[in-house]
Amino acid sequence: MSRVDIKKRFAPILREATRRTEEKKTDGIPTIYIVMSTCGLASGAAETKQAFEEALSHKSIEARIVPVGCLGHCYAEPLVVIDHPTSGLPPICYHQVSAARAQVLVKSYLEKGDPVFKYVLGATEENDLIPAVMDFPRFNLEQRLVMEQCGRIDPNDIYQSVAEGGYGGLVKALGSAPEEVIAEIETSGLRGRGGAGFPAGRKWRLARGAGPGEKIVICNADEGDPGAYMDRTILESNPHQLLEGLAICAYAIGANQAHVYVRAEYPLAVKTIQQAIKSGEQLSLLGSSILGTSFNLEVIVFQGSGAFVCGEETALIHSIEGKRGMPQHRPPYPVEKGLWERPTVVNNVKTLSCVPSIINRGAEWFRSIGTEKSPGTAIFSVVGNVIHPGLVEIAMGTSLRTLIFDVCGGIPKKKSFKAVQIGGPSGGCLPESFLDTPIDFDSLTEAGAMMGSGGMVVMDENSCMVDVSRYFLDFTQKESCGKCTFCRIGTRHLLNILDRITKGEGREEDLGLLETLSKDIKSGSLCGLGKTAPNPVLTSLKYFLDEYEAHVREKRCPALKCRALTAFYIDLEKCARGCDVCVGCCPVEAIFTTTGRKKAIDQELCVKCGECMVVCPPEYDALEKVSPPELAPIIERSPEKK
Amino acid sequence: MVNLIVDDKKIKVEEGKSVLQACLENSIFIPNMCFIKTREHPHASCRLCFVEIDGLDRPVTSCTEKVRQGLVVRTATPSVRRLQRMAFKLLMSAHHCQPKVCPAKDGCQLIRTAKHLEVGLNPRPLERLERDVEEEVDLIFFTYYPFRCVLCGKCVYVCRQRNGHNPLTFANRGFDTVIGFFASGDPADVPCHHCGACANVCPTGALVLKPEYTNAATTNR
Repeated sequence: MSRVDIKKRFAPILREATRRTEEKKTDGIPTIYIVMSTCGLASGAAETKQAFEEALSHKSIEARIVPVGCLGHCYAEPLVVIDHPTSGLPPICYHQVSAARAQVLVKSYLEKGDPVFKYVLGATEENDLIPAVMDFPRFNLEQRLVMEQCGRIDPNDIYQSVAEGGYGGLVKALGSAPEEVIAEIETSGLRGRGGAGFPAGRKWRLARGAGPGEKIVICNADEGDPGAYMDRTILESNPHQLLEGLAICAYAIGANQAHVYVRAEYPLAVKTIQQAIKSGEQLSLLGSSILGTSFNLEVIVFQGSGAFVCGEETALIHSIEGKRGMPQHRPPYPVEKGLWERPTVVNNVKTLSCVPSIINRGAEWFRSIGTEKSPGTAIFSVVGNVIHPGLVEIAMGTSLRTLIFDVCGGIPKKKSFKAVQIGGPSGGCLPESFLDTPIDFDSLTEAGAMMGSGGMVVMDENSCMVDVSRYFLDFTQKESCGKCTFCRIGTRHLLNILDRITKGEGREEDLGLLETLSKDIKSGSLCGLGKTAPNPVLTSLKYFLDEYEAHVREKRCPALKCRALTAFYIDLEKCARGCDVCVGCCPVEAIFTTTGRKKAIDQELCVKCGECMVVCPPEYDALEKVSPPELAPIIERSPEKK
Repeated sequence: MVNLIVDDKKIKVEEGKSVLQACLENSIFIPNMCFIKTREHPHASCRLCFVEIDGLDRPVTSCTEKVRQGLVVRTATPSVRRLQRMAFKLLMSAHHCQPKVCPAKDGCQLIRTAKHLEVGLNPRPLERLERDVEEEVDLIFFTYYPFRCVLCGKCVYVCRQRNGHNPLTFANRGFDTVIGFFASGDPADVPCHHCGACANVCPTGALVLKPEYTNAATTNR
């Protein structure tokens, strides 16, 4: 089929999409966009939606409610954008819209025309009345390429996607030879977004060249890093972009079968992608003879059961085949012998989501973003101690400092920055001296961390680096599949050693053992999980050795975090006579009244929950936390009151 | 046939073989637990068979490397020994060595490995790890000793090869991984002919056929 014929087949779909968008723009009815992805729902978006519906019907106001995906601004959820064309105002974005605020908005804005400035985050377009969100650093320092439409379109309405250019890349790709598509991806320099950064174009070429027979493409959406949720958001917010990328990849490598491996813990993502596949098939954008061509693509959603190791491609393939999710030695690589022994391309959600815009706008355009060796953008889920956590898409090459301090607003409560953990359990902790490191595959690996799939945890001065390493090792050793010796037994030893250091039972030789063992696990393990599991330990040993030494030699936790190494006491100079809020809040009755009706803590009973420190009124501020615990003055409880 | 040099010794082997197999067939011992020569895709889980190959910057497992003409292999360099000793100590930290009652056939592979690596049977400086499993597990026809098991997976493989399907498989995950036997109750309902292949292949005496079934096993062999 010629390029013209494919375009002809696509024209009615595009026409219908444009008609629907135009209708919305011209009919004068207000539209309420509610962010309803998992994060929005968790913060109450369903209640907000219901409140809008009730208030609208109560006031008999006509308005359209459009559930949209996630904008990535987690600090402001539930987010709502109201487009009220007859008010003369641009569409306005509101933050933290609870059910009560929803009622206020209907009454004040939709009924009376007052946009309620105190709930406004900003306008979504430049105007003279309301500051536009694009002027805020959280918006304007970002460069959205994959997440461009996330939070702006209804993920369950394929026409909204088409109206924004969706499936245009597929139409273009189907009109060219598969080799041309691969060449375009190769020229673009797109690297795999799953962590390792393998060139996507080369992977596709290898799969295409791997003998005759049918190929398979798998989208790896088995996202499991603690605190990372980029893939989920993309699946829930713009599934059609992913499906388009999947279809282009399948066409290029010669596959008729595509699998989306998504974890079952993401029920909304599963539902959204299944619905998207169905509507794609209905419009002949997926399924058999796509847009009248001889290209067929069956897309199957496979729900993983939540094993972290199944994110490793060989384990993932085993899992789909119904076997135990255990990685195996590569080679053979999946591009030679993958699912059901057929050449298989396994690409991450973000990699495939980059593909449509590369085909649409060209490889040169893609190369103009980011750095020479890592073109394009990076998506991070920035969590932890930052003012504006959430999903951030920035051009590769942006410095960590810009990302943490400018885009995400820096560290809250005037605390100081301590470390940033990049790349999840496989990544490393970088200290302040690395803040000017540019974010790209090679620079991060050189620093000892890794790009990973995009998890980023920012930590302030109150985080104990030994405890952070212990946390990540606890995760990796639980998620080890148990196959190879180094990972199965080695990570357990690492965890035990870290555990005893945080409990103040660390020995001098532990520090050396941690390092030797970590290095051996790194070089001896079978798969990527084991090879990278010691990274948090190695980087924290390198950059925060003084903290380890304080724990081992002085039994002191400098960040006052490790429970066994800290103690609370009440400063009798500051404690107020007669105030007893701390007594009431203590879960173990460890606080008692001592001389002068002041309070003291029975150190033997205290479980160090820290509740007393939270409730002590700020005007007294009498609670002190110290490490090592011996620094707390001991006040005896009179025997009869025990 | 291809020629390769292992520790300055020239050997000639058929193409398609792994470096490990080539060495073993030419009386060059490389420690291994999980290697089965008929297995098409090596399990590569014990991480003991490391060697250094000229041109590669770090030690690799010899079971996963195919022989090539002119390959230069070294089996006892310091970095190879370092990894092998650590892997061995890791195994020993979770293994209960009971030489007096150990039923391992032809001597335990672990003891042979210890001698070869010139290390003791204790895991020092690593600690012995506690495991939340029973000393002995009754698997109807077999007795399974989790503390002896090094999870090489040979039993799982040979059973599947021989019987098509098998009730023997890995269970749990991470450090808690054990060999599980998915059957219960009446021996007549178990899809197992107690052929004994699994127990025969066990390198550490962790899987032992019960005495009352041993005769059946020998006739089946």
